[in-house]
Amino acid sequence: MHMNLSHFEASFLFSLFTSVVLGVVSKKTDRERLQYGGYVFGCFLLALFGLGWLMHFGHG
Amino acid sequence: MATKEKAPKEPMPPLQTWLPAVALGWLVPGGGHFLLGQRGRAMLLASAITCMFVTGLLMRGAMFQPQNGDVLTILINWGGFIGDLSSGILYLLTSWLGYSQADMAGHAHDYGTKFLVAAGLLNVLAMVDAYEIAGGRKS
Repeated sequence: MHMNLSHFEASFLFSLFTSVVLGVVSKKTDRERLQYGGYVFGCFLLALFGLGWLMHFGHG
Repeated sequence: MATKEKAPKEPMPPLQTWLPAVALGWLVPGGGHFLLGQRGRAMLLASAITCMFVTGLLMRGAMFQPQNGDVLTILINWGGFIGDLSSGILYLLTSWLGYSQADMAGHAHDYGTKFLVAAGLLNVLAMVDAYEIAGGRKS
């Protein structure tokens, strides 16, 4: 069995798993953890799309 | 000139309060939290770390082996090896059952290698959290 993910798919999965762990190990209440996990995931996606477009325009 | 006052350093909690949780947390991702009664968080940690590791394996990521040579070689290979080893039973099973793969060229394999190391590093975060909970520094 072999998974051949694209750059976007791999980065998306990486962001998802990392955000879950960062959310779980930080903050004090479950609500704060959920918010922080969502915030980190949002930041990952923003960076992913931002850098993606930057590279797109950088290549001309 | 303002002087900064140093906060008194908290004493380290006794070994027997945190060692079982941290050791189990290393061996089984989320195990430390499970031992401390935080079952929901343990399940989330176990699923996220295991999914990260298995995705890395399915992408045919390579496991690092300790190597000596120039500084960069030592840093990359020993660092990667420690990252891989931090996944506990996932790493041990992969090595014992022969699923460890050689390094190959290609973006998917490269992502796989990073996923394997990142799974171990996320487990280190979970172990630190288990240490703080067991030591009474966190709820």
